[in-house]
Amino acid sequence: MQRYLFSRLAQSLLILIGLLIIVFFMVRVTGDPASLMMSREASPESIAAFRHKMGFDRPLIVQFWDFLTHVVVGDFGNSLHFKTPALPLLLERLPATVELATIGLIMAMLIAIPLGLIGGFNPGSSIDSIGRGLALLGQSIPNFWLALILILFFAVKLRWFPSFGRDEFKSVILPAFVIGLPTMGQLVRMTRSAVLEIRGEDFVRTAHSKGLEPRVIYIKHVLRNVAVMLVSVIGVQYSYMLGGSIYIEAVFAWPGMGQLTEQAIGWRDFTLVQAIAVFGSVVVLAINLLTDVAYALIDPRIRYGD
Amino acid sequence: MAKVLEVKDLVTKFYTLDGVVHAVNGVSFDLDEGETLAIVGESGCGKSVTMLSLLGLIPSPPGKVERGNAFFSGGTGRCDLLQLAAPELRDVRGGQIGFVFQDPISSLNPILTVGEQIAESLTRHLGLTREQAHRRAIKLLEEVGIPEAAQRYDSYPHHFSGGMRQRVMIAIAISCSPSIIIADEPTTALDVTVQAQIVDLFKRLRDMIGMAIIWITHDLGVVAGLAERVLVMYGGRVAEVALVDDLYERPQHPYTHGLLGALPRIDTDGSRRLVSIDGTPPDLLIPLVRCPFAPRCAYAFERCWEEIPQLMPAGIQHQVACFYDIERGGPRSG
Amino acid sequence: MATREPPPPQAADSLLDVERSFGQRLAYAGRFLWRDRSGMIGLVLFLVVVAAALFAPQISPYNPLAQNLRDSKIPPAWYQGGSLDYLFGTDNLGRDIFSRIIYGTRVSLTVGFFGVLIAGTLGLVLGAIAGYVGGRVDSIIVGGVNMVLSLPYLLFVVFIASILGRSLINVILIFGITDAPIFARVTRGEVLRIRESGYIESAISVGARSGRIIFDHILPNLIGPLITLATFEMSRMIFYEAGLGFLGLSVPPTVPSWGNMLAAGRKYLTSSPWIATFPGLAIMFTSLGMNLLGDWLRDVLDPRLRRSRK
Repeated sequence: MQRYLFSRLAQSLLILIGLLIIVFFMVRVTGDPASLMMSREASPESIAAFRHKMGFDRPLIVQFWDFLTHVVVGDFGNSLHFKTPALPLLLERLPATVELATIGLIMAMLIAIPLGLIGGFNPGSSIDSIGRGLALLGQSIPNFWLALILILFFAVKLRWFPSFGRDEFKSVILPAFVIGLPTMGQLVRMTRSAVLEIRGEDFVRTAHSKGLEPRVIYIKHVLRNVAVMLVSVIGVQYSYMLGGSIYIEAVFAWPGMGQLTEQAIGWRDFTLVQAIAVFGSVVVLAINLLTDVAYALIDPRIRYGD
Repeated sequence: MAKVLEVKDLVTKFYTLDGVVHAVNGVSFDLDEGETLAIVGESGCGKSVTMLSLLGLIPSPPGKVERGNAFFSGGTGRCDLLQLAAPELRDVRGGQIGFVFQDPISSLNPILTVGEQIAESLTRHLGLTREQAHRRAIKLLEEVGIPEAAQRYDSYPHHFSGGMRQRVMIAIAISCSPSIIIADEPTTALDVTVQAQIVDLFKRLRDMIGMAIIWITHDLGVVAGLAERVLVMYGGRVAEVALVDDLYERPQHPYTHGLLGALPRIDTDGSRRLVSIDGTPPDLLIPLVRCPFAPRCAYAFERCWEEIPQLMPAGIQHQVACFYDIERGGPRSG
Repeated sequence: MATREPPPPQAADSLLDVERSFGQRLAYAGRFLWRDRSGMIGLVLFLVVVAAALFAPQISPYNPLAQNLRDSKIPPAWYQGGSLDYLFGTDNLGRDIFSRIIYGTRVSLTVGFFGVLIAGTLGLVLGAIAGYVGGRVDSIIVGGVNMVLSLPYLLFVVFIASILGRSLINVILIFGITDAPIFARVTRGEVLRIRESGYIESAISVGARSGRIIFDHILPNLIGPLITLATFEMSRMIFYEAGLGFLGLSVPPTVPSWGNMLAAGRKYLTSSPWIATFPGLAIMFTSLGMNLLGDWLRDVLDPRLRRSRK
């Protein structure tokens, strides 16, 4: 298992390096990062001064080395808008996003997994139809639009929930539900198909041929294997939700990294946008790595793999 | 000798989107105590479905056992397996009839230890405690030839080779000293050398426990040294049943002829060509109204296209479902 | 109670079964479509969207760009104060929402179609090279694919779009390039599977050349999975394009696209909710149709992935 985890760690580091290369060159792909970052009305002189100040007039390789050595120690440069280091700005916003995504994930799991299990064990039943309908809607409804509709209905009309902000606990319900909706749809599908797949496995037939009680077969042979399959799915979904936070936080004025992203784009604060891209990816890579650890812990094929 | 299993007129169908698949179309046979019966035929001829039907293991829906009886005389008296309620049938499964499946790789649960997978059968049927089941499972692992059984109890299936996993499957099947073991192509997925070891293991266990064996295969070569009788299936029906030597010496069904022709023989000169039977297996979506083999049969005449041949006596303990008498070279009398 | 899949009935082979004639395959697909009502709904929804895009000038009652400030924020026809002149009402600049929805299909379908075309072509080439050549080339391509797929997709698309600026071409390129790895992965998997199945070896052994092998044996087998994937990915791109538009990062604000309409409507959510409602519904029904269509295609084209049915 150690070797497995070590190789996954090495892979993550490689991906991180690739990511830094992409980010570095994307900022420069338009040819002139200085005019990209300055307002459109800026005079040529001030752009030139800015270019020199940011070091964009140095050779690319020097700039890249500079970028790399700074990022490694957590220095993402100063935000153009706030004129302060970018990383603390991000770290300040991280808890709100983690809270939103985590509650969203839990809500999605609480609704989706039971529906998927029931659907998988009783394909064609009415609960299965409900689950599949929900899965389809979760995939098809643009959640940033649903966010608007829910605000209109539950916050403006019924006044059950606040329409924006992060004050009382009630305020997390709507955004968490909306951010979890696509995940909910995916999870219903995945759980259902995992159950159907495992139920069709030869080893489940073996279990039946041993004369075991159906309850024992479902819990010991089917559900445990379904759980193994779902762990990796849930990890991936969690990282999708962090991405989705850009829209949802913008709509609900939820003070997390997603809202900061939207604001930074509006301010043309590209050092901040760049920092978010790198930092967000690091968070996602870390989640993937944790998922792999969890996966290794519950799946003996990896735990005791050679 | 006492019959341990009598199957009469078994019919199993699958109701799929593409139509009704007539998988088993009236199969009858019986099995003596301690006897080894081989069931041979091409894939899709209904051999596996027949066995799974007996124990309620076909997927339902879409599968359904439509008709038939399967009288089983086990430890608790005589009963019809097809009429049993689910809980009683579960007592028979694994307790009195053991199963060994074709693919040992996929037939074991990858996330449970092999010992646990043997032990759960013991606690279920023999009411053993966890410790008793643990000890007995280790003994069973030893009996099927797994070295260092006590340590291997806690191994997971992926640590075992295909042959070793099949030994574990066999240990599960014999764990409750069943009256019958149904082995569904147990050697097909294995290397040739391992195949021979598994066949030997079955022989040894048969002598030790005295259970009857139903050995499903499409490989007539394996059958000769193991089985006493052979049942040949085609198109979801029994084509021919005979003692093994009798079948090899005087096969009565044109299909059996073809199968034996297709068998590469080591005992004759090695140059003998592998003969395959022309034509394709029957389309099981079409209900059976004639001899299923007629379209591929060199001897088929009018009657073969008009009615379904029933099993007819063709010697001592020898029955064949064919209107044509190959030995006499004309329609069978009677 | 028991759970084995049934033995595959012989008539239930794939639509792409090489043994079958084109007519037989078509009849099979038709039969399948008729039985699968949700697939039928998906196809109809998709065709409606395509028709709206093709015949937008004929269908639309107004020029989607024509502003009429005197008639701004008129509610839909069935609301109080609405009129049949503007079926779905008008937006803050008095533009007809129905006409803008109709023209919006053009942006969505253009992005979806060309995005998938680029992603599919790139992915097909990369995946086929990786699977066919193998060795070091394979490891490099697989490494790149895995890398892109493990990045937070949405964050990256937003990041790149914010740098490149608002234009249709940019949006198409962003989706076309970032989505190629998925096509590459599927293509590579299929190529490897086909290689392993052994009939490539037999084709080589009878002296077929590489080009022939690719065109005769590999491509026909790829069509099924790739068409299915393309449907789902196109739906995803339409979805994400609207998302970018919502953030003000897609096509220029003057272009009538569903995402831009949503972004504008968001500002008038409480006073004129219909401005944001209709583009959202349009995205939803398009996406719904394509997902249903994709599910159906997967069932028909790729029997290995066939859903379990009653």
